[in-house]
Amino acid sequence: MQVTINGKQYDFDKGTTVLKACSEIGLDIPTLCNDERLVPSGSCRLCQVEIEGWGKLHTACTTQVREGMVIHTHSDRVIKARQDLLDMLISNHPLECLTCEKSGACKLQDYCYEYGITEGTYRWEMSKPYFDDTNPFYTFDARKCILCGLCVRVCDELQGTNAIGFENRGFDTQVATPFGEGLENSTCVSCGNCVSVCPVGALEPKSKKKFRHWETRTVRTTCSYCGVGCQMDLKIKGNEIVEVQPAFDAHNEGLLCVKGKFSYNFLSHPDRLKKPMVRKDGVLVETGWDEALDVITSKMKEVKKEFGSDAFAGLTSARCTNEDNYMFQKLFRSTLGTNNVDHCARL
Amino acid sequence: MITKEKLFEIKEKTKPSLVEKLLESDRVEFRGEDLVLKGEYYKKQVRIALKNCDIIDPTNIDEYIAMDGYFALLKALTEHEPGYVVEEITESLLRGRGGAGFPTGRKWNEAYRYQADKKYIICNADEGDPGAFMDRSILEKDPHSVLEGMALGGYAIGSDQGYIYVRAEYPMAVKRLQIAIDQAREYGLLGKNIFGTGFNFDIELRLGSGAFVCGEGTALMESIEGRRGMPRPKIHRTAHKGLWGKPTIINNVETLANVPVIMNRGAKWFRGIGTEESPGTKVFALVGKVENAGLVEVPMGMTLREIVFDIGGGAQDGKEYKAVQTGGPSGGCIPAELIDTPVDFESLGKIWSIMGSGGMVVMDENTCMVDIAKFFLDFSVEESCGKCVPCREGTKRMYEILDRITKGEGVEGDIERLEELSETVSSTSLCGLGQTAPNPVITTIKYYRHEYEAHIKDKRCPAKSCKALIKYEITDKCIGCTRCAKVCPVVAITGKVKEMHHIDQSICIKCGACYDVCPVDAISII
Repeated sequence: MQVTINGKQYDFDKGTTVLKACSEIGLDIPTLCNDERLVPSGSCRLCQVEIEGWGKLHTACTTQVREGMVIHTHSDRVIKARQDLLDMLISNHPLECLTCEKSGACKLQDYCYEYGITEGTYRWEMSKPYFDDTNPFYTFDARKCILCGLCVRVCDELQGTNAIGFENRGFDTQVATPFGEGLENSTCVSCGNCVSVCPVGALEPKSKKKFRHWETRTVRTTCSYCGVGCQMDLKIKGNEIVEVQPAFDAHNEGLLCVKGKFSYNFLSHPDRLKKPMVRKDGVLVETGWDEALDVITSKMKEVKKEFGSDAFAGLTSARCTNEDNYMFQKLFRSTLGTNNVDHCARL
Repeated sequence: MITKEKLFEIKEKTKPSLVEKLLESDRVEFRGEDLVLKGEYYKKQVRIALKNCDIIDPTNIDEYIAMDGYFALLKALTEHEPGYVVEEITESLLRGRGGAGFPTGRKWNEAYRYQADKKYIICNADEGDPGAFMDRSILEKDPHSVLEGMALGGYAIGSDQGYIYVRAEYPMAVKRLQIAIDQAREYGLLGKNIFGTGFNFDIELRLGSGAFVCGEGTALMESIEGRRGMPRPKIHRTAHKGLWGKPTIINNVETLANVPVIMNRGAKWFRGIGTEESPGTKVFALVGKVENAGLVEVPMGMTLREIVFDIGGGAQDGKEYKAVQTGGPSGGCIPAELIDTPVDFESLGKIWSIMGSGGMVVMDENTCMVDIAKFFLDFSVEESCGKCVPCREGTKRMYEILDRITKGEGVEGDIERLEELSETVSSTSLCGLGQTAPNPVITTIKYYRHEYEAHIKDKRCPAKSCKALIKYEITDKCIGCTRCAKVCPVVAITGKVKEMHHIDQSICIKCGACYDVCPVDAISII
């Protein structure tokens, strides 16, 4: 479909949204509520664009391109509307950027900067404060919530848990658990996918470390908790992991579970084993892999000779990959000669 | 199952006794062949949607049949193809009576032409404008007309399932609808194989839980689907992908009540009533400071003057008529000088108001227009679903400004700020609620800017209505009867018997009790 965006002609597939089209040609359209994985909700209204002959402004996330469409993404009218909307949002948002954990990765902060919005024109009545820290892994601060709805939609459409929803109406609307019983008493499984999509500092991990987003570097890795192999980006300050973000461009499509998202503190725990250990004279002593493997193979041979194959039992882990588990059972069945092999698979 | 013959039989059996009973009661008279309600109030009215209201017993299907009820359905099912029904409604130029005025035939045609294994027809009975009770009256007094209209719609578009989304705050309407549905099912006028034609159609009730926004089509569908009633963006037409992703038609109660009559009397007859672009009639709930409040159904194009003065009898208690508000929280205030505007979709649009669902609130000289704007905005703030930013945050800020102005705390620039916010909220909101919420503010600023300025600059309420800006004072007309002093709840009035009394302004709470009881009008408001 031939579409003109800001004076240049482009060709897009039928069914492409204007927002997607703009992103394909590298145009940055502000949005606080869009997520490609979810049904468009059109609630933040920031992605509005002007389409010639269409009268009022239209949200790019909910409008599909049409043949001959002429779109203006940054006309004076569009910019004014975005400024007004940001002004409304920031007017009802605590200006705590100095202490907010999200500072530096906050979309509201970024857009206000881009569109020149300062402290907000309408700093009158503010949303009712509500703070929920009953979940072991994350906190919810309703004052900072901009009601983009991403957390609610991710919990519903992707996680399928439906632990949270909206309560009250209009200005009093808040994200809440059923009957206001708090996250602890909800059906929340602490997957943290709501935290991963929150564009502001309303949902924050209960971080053990203080850090600023600009102090961190990112390392892509594979989650070691199970064989699914979710990709994640570790946020590292100095030499320490301070936060985990799911990778969106991998097969887990921006999702993680409670372990992947929040359970990384063992990495720098003093009790963590970093080298193989061998018991000598009743005491475990650090050693190298060569010696450790020698001990294992020699013991295996001894036991097999003396007690036979069925003296062995092997238990492997669901945290290993399919390939690892395959090799493990192969070792037990063909090398040691026993079918006594199982795995936990109950993470 | 009822047959054609049986339907005629019921009509012939029921009608004479019904007519006799009505004529005896002296409430009705014949206008041509039609039975209409008697009295000055009804003389200028033309009742199509309300034709059976207060005439038949709504809990007796036979009386509805006696007034030609279900004959339109019979004729359509036995003599015509669905396409004919769509054409006839298109030809009639019937426009949605819920407020927007979209041509019903065009809507039906979209769904008719769209192939799908399942289609739905929904009756939007979530009437919610303040002071509006048009649909309620039809549902309570003539529920079968809505059922028949839906069945005709179902036949036209190829749907076998209808839903009536009715607010739970209308218990009588819910009850009467359920009785009507049960009776129609019993007669086989709903259910399988209606009139032996193979056409199946049934209707279920869905009760709304009191959210005004659920009257918005997409929010209504979300609610029926079991989710929180919040509007969803219209990526697809409802007629193509609506309820549960299936082609869906949503029509207002009054629209549907018009359908059987149009099918009975023909599109041409219908177009003979009203204006060229807005044929037919419209029901209004004439309320506020008007002498004869109530429901009126008049041909489109009748002037506001005829409705407010000839039918409504003008402002109450001989006060001066000031304005009329149409379209509820989405509408606008129409000043006295535009009283000769014809009431139809186009004419009202031209003067910045809307037809709306039919609320018509009359205001007199004591109505403060800033306060009225605040009242309607308060409603929108309360009823905003909170989903989109401009409606949730913007209407609230507009309300806060208006509240300050009416309290005498307005500042220079407030009017301009209101205008700016109105523009943003109306142009960027997700659904009709937000897009039209600023209308009462826009129109009152447009026509009554001087009242806003008086509040802000002179700290004065010209209508003498805003409590913070008025004072009660006792003039020398006082005869010292002491009634005011006795009624004052805060003992602010002092004075000896038969001597002039005095109000202590520092104590007075401006409740107006003294003003109401003074027998000699000695208390003035300044």
